[in-house]
Amino acid sequence: MAFDNIFSEIVFWTLAVVTIGSAALVVHLRSIFRAALMLVVSFLGIAGLFAMVNAEFLAVVQVLVYGGGIAVLVIFAVMMTRDVDTGNVSTAVQPVALMMGAALLAALAYSIVQAEWTVLPDSLPGPIATVFVETPTQLGRLLLSDYVLAFEVAGVLLLAAVIGALSLVRERTDA
Amino acid sequence: MLERLLIISAILFCIGLYGVLSRKHIIAVIMSVEIMFNAVNVALVAFSRYTVPAGLRLSGAGTDAERFVLEGQTLAVFVIVVAAAEVALGLALIIALARRRDTVHISDLSTLRR
Repeated sequence: MAFDNIFSEIVFWTLAVVTIGSAALVVHLRSIFRAALMLVVSFLGIAGLFAMVNAEFLAVVQVLVYGGGIAVLVIFAVMMTRDVDTGNVSTAVQPVALMMGAALLAALAYSIVQAEWTVLPDSLPGPIATVFVETPTQLGRLLLSDYVLAFEVAGVLLLAAVIGALSLVRERTDA
Repeated sequence: MLERLLIISAILFCIGLYGVLSRKHIIAVIMSVEIMFNAVNVALVAFSRYTVPAGLRLSGAGTDAERFVLEGQTLAVFVIVVAAAEVALGLALIIALARRRDTVHISDLSTLRR
């Protein structure tokens, strides 16, 4: 989607404000449960941002994996632990953490603004435009050709993670 | 446009960093780590869309275009996979710890032994 009209500008800024605002609420709200719900809002906002920059497949994956799977996991974990209502308090190093975050943000923002990026125009040149017409097809082809080894390793990693998680939360009856 | 997305990504990353360093509840720390993962993904997708890869010939047949143009999105897919594995294992650890130690505050969880 090209950023050629006022409508897409409005959508973009709304998504940006919602994403950053709900992310800030995640670290600010006292209730862990509400923080988890705000986290889901932030994930969905990021999915919208993906959809606006020609990453439609990633937007769908973001909604499915983050907005679905990880959200359910986090909310389950919140419900199975204690101190949910008032648990999200700060540690003693909170002022230091705030300073470190602000310093890193200042450094990143400075280098992003100062750097001279070689940026593609919004109207893409021929060969690149054909890629962005159908990203899911191209991504699938890429994952099963150039990156097939990483793809298989990722599958093994997920299997190991699921088995590890199961064995960790298993109730021990022999103890 | 690239700068805007990178600034959004930087803001999200720093919010996540602040959360990881300052929160006491261990699930809040995991959620902050997830925000940082997402910030990185936003940056990857932005670079994938708005920068020219060094190996790409802009003129000529577009046979190798997708190989370079979609590198960022491919890496973002793998970041999502690793983040999913990480959050599944992390939350399993938290539940096991909360059961055994009856606390979820990281200051009480400085050792993993009983």
